[in-house]
Amino acid sequence: MTARQRRMTLVIGIVAGVSIAGALALSAFRRNVTFFFDPTQVAAGQVPPGEGFRLGGMVSDGSLRRAPGSLEVRFTVTDFSHDVPVTYTGVLPDLFREGAGVVAHGHLGSDGTFVADEVLAKHDEKYMPPAVARSLKRRHGESRTESEPAAPPPGGAASPPAAPPTPSTGP
Amino acid sequence: MLPELGHFALILALLLAALQAFFGIAGPGLGRERWTGAVTSAVAGQFVMVATAVGCLIACFVNEDFSVRYVAENSNSALPLFYRVTALWGAHEGSLLLWILLLAAWTVAVAIGAARLPRRFGARVLGVLGVVSFGFLLFTLATSNPFLRLDPPAGDGADLNPILQDPALAVHPPILYTGYVGFAVAFAFACAAMLEGRLDQQWARWTRPWTTVAWAFLGCGIALGSFWAYYELGWGGFWFWDPVENASFMPWLVGTALIHSLAVTDKRGLFKSWTLLLAILAFSLSMLGTFLVRSGVLVSVHSFAADPARGIFILVFLALMIGGALTLYAWRAPLLKSTAGFDLGARESFLLFNNVLLVVAAATVFAGTLAPLVSDALQLGTVSVGPPYFNPTFMLSMLPLMALLPLGINAAWKRGHLRDRQRTLLMTLAVAVILAVGVAFGVYAHGAVLTPVGAALGIWIILASLVDPIDRWRRRLSLPRAVLGMSLAHIGLGLAVIALTTVQSFTVERDVALAAGASTRVGSYDFRFDGVAPVEGPNYDAIGGTITVTRDGAPVAVLKPEKRQYWVQHQAITQTSIHMSRGNNLLVALGDDLGAGRWSIRIQIRPLVTLIWLAALIMALGGALAASDRRYRSARAAEAVAPTAAGEAAG
Repeated sequence: MTARQRRMTLVIGIVAGVSIAGALALSAFRRNVTFFFDPTQVAAGQVPPGEGFRLGGMVSDGSLRRAPGSLEVRFTVTDFSHDVPVTYTGVLPDLFREGAGVVAHGHLGSDGTFVADEVLAKHDEKYMPPAVARSLKRRHGESRTESEPAAPPPGGAASPPAAPPTPSTGP
Repeated sequence: MLPELGHFALILALLLAALQAFFGIAGPGLGRERWTGAVTSAVAGQFVMVATAVGCLIACFVNEDFSVRYVAENSNSALPLFYRVTALWGAHEGSLLLWILLLAAWTVAVAIGAARLPRRFGARVLGVLGVVSFGFLLFTLATSNPFLRLDPPAGDGADLNPILQDPALAVHPPILYTGYVGFAVAFAFACAAMLEGRLDQQWARWTRPWTTVAWAFLGCGIALGSFWAYYELGWGGFWFWDPVENASFMPWLVGTALIHSLAVTDKRGLFKSWTLLLAILAFSLSMLGTFLVRSGVLVSVHSFAADPARGIFILVFLALMIGGALTLYAWRAPLLKSTAGFDLGARESFLLFNNVLLVVAAATVFAGTLAPLVSDALQLGTVSVGPPYFNPTFMLSMLPLMALLPLGINAAWKRGHLRDRQRTLLMTLAVAVILAVGVAFGVYAHGAVLTPVGAALGIWIILASLVDPIDRWRRRLSLPRAVLGMSLAHIGLGLAVIALTTVQSFTVERDVALAAGASTRVGSYDFRFDGVAPVEGPNYDAIGGTITVTRDGAPVAVLKPEKRQYWVQHQAITQTSIHMSRGNNLLVALGDDLGAGRWSIRIQIRPLVTLIWLAALIMALGGALAASDRRYRSARAAEAVAPTAAGEAAG
């Protein structure tokens, strides 16, 4: 092989390798991306059956139920138009509480209950996952009630730092 | 008084940065010798002003001056002194100030080093750094001034976010930022070379130590952040592919490619324009990281509450810097032709593969990090991309990289053969495979397909990294620090591969509900829950649990996880408790009172997880050792003896 041929081989090899990597990454991407739905979308049956997704909204006041001594908890996630019952087995994140924003990962059971395998709660009062804030705004618009915690303030000047959602993975 | 002084110092620093940029770029450009000479004064002045501003803000924190808004939002009279100082970088404004301080410090270091560079070239490097500094100072003063007063002053502060009240996190931002900002130096060297229209092997030799040191700091910073996330966030993982983690990891990957590409430019005068492009890319990704963290556009552990004005400012600044650099590149890169050739199996080829694979890896991380943004903007639905995407795609480029590494570091420059190393390499491979299979199926009864593969690659990398130093030692050749540093860094990488493989394959996680006195078996350990008791901290109350760990009846450890309630922010924080036993990292976190006398408890066992952080440290140490090699210093000393002939001719 001449130097030119060798170089061409090298270039072709690299291009081929990069394309294969790209194709594989794209397919991994299609299979592994997780969609976010709010309770209204769930109620409208927009969720592909059997598929894992993220459910976001507020934990309804007074909906948290736990069999004494058991790791299993039940609560309702609401966007104030529709509710979705959720069940989860495991340790809940630090800032999980009723009336606060939450994002859970899991799938819909046959009875319409969302079976969560991961629960994330926001880590300070003013922070809310943007997707939840947007969806609440969309669903609820102008008719916000006083009892709801406020969405994140528009200006960052008065807002505190790092606001981690704390995920908690089930067994 | 102090906040106003700090504010004023910051404004002066902005002016000095503008002067530094102007003198540094216009001086050599227009051939004005006196302008060129004035750059270093501007650098020194700017550093003093920035340091004054930082000093003022620290004094405000220490004196509990709650009339300053930033202090009132991030400190409290009950906060221990140490955290009152580190609260400086606890939020957006102070972090930026820290960034600027570190940039000023790097610039001073470069100015001292530049005394040995050709005069014009050194001035241009400092000028470009002045542009960067000007942008960040303007950003701080225009959108994120930390010295704003509150009227009326707050009675007491809102406290530092409790999860930031931790020693590892106190030092994590300065180290990480030192790395981030360090790539600005590589960027400035690249821009200066393009302004000169000239780039030779000498240039690469000047640039290498700076880049390697920045890379080492960034690696340490990332490892510290990972360590913090592991024990403080209480999720029990060391890496979450969180957007902000990715934001720091992408420049590290590209920086790794850059230090390897620089090696080729240094030794063989090849890959010139590619090296320049990587230098621009590494710094661009550092800036992009800042944008992602500061603008709050991505959902992340570190999401600072969003402020669109800030995001837009950084985006415009980013576009100007990168756009300018790339325009310069398009204009000047054709001048930089490489003439030498090399064989397919030569070390140059392996380094080319290294570069391609690292950049592909960075690109896949980039795609996954920004996909949620793009999908949202295009109304394709709100998505999140997590480990199921990142793990396989990242592995896809890492596996070939790890497999080629042992060959590459033993290949000769220019000529495509492994010399007499072929047999040694095959032997090391055989040893690695036998060891890996033995460990994977002997010590641990089960394991995935990738477990022995990962272990074998890790062991092979370590053994192959030892071949060259041992060979040199046996033949009584010199062992320069550059060679030792490279070997050390690659051994660190091998250890990291082994540790990651082990953690991924053999981690056990379990959430359990236990009553006081009850116990449960996880892995080969028994965990007995001894109940809870109240604990009082300096600025929090807590419930402390006691868990006694035994193995085959023999005591291993008593773990005391806590559930803390901080007084000011009323945040509940889970404080994990960790014990090391036979390479296993036992982590216990206290959950909730489940009623009926039972508590939820999270138990996780991760073998060799500590080795991941240790390996990152070893890699960084390797980098530091290589950067301290005499050849970089003597290169500059030689330049000083034969004063700047080349530089003057080109300018």
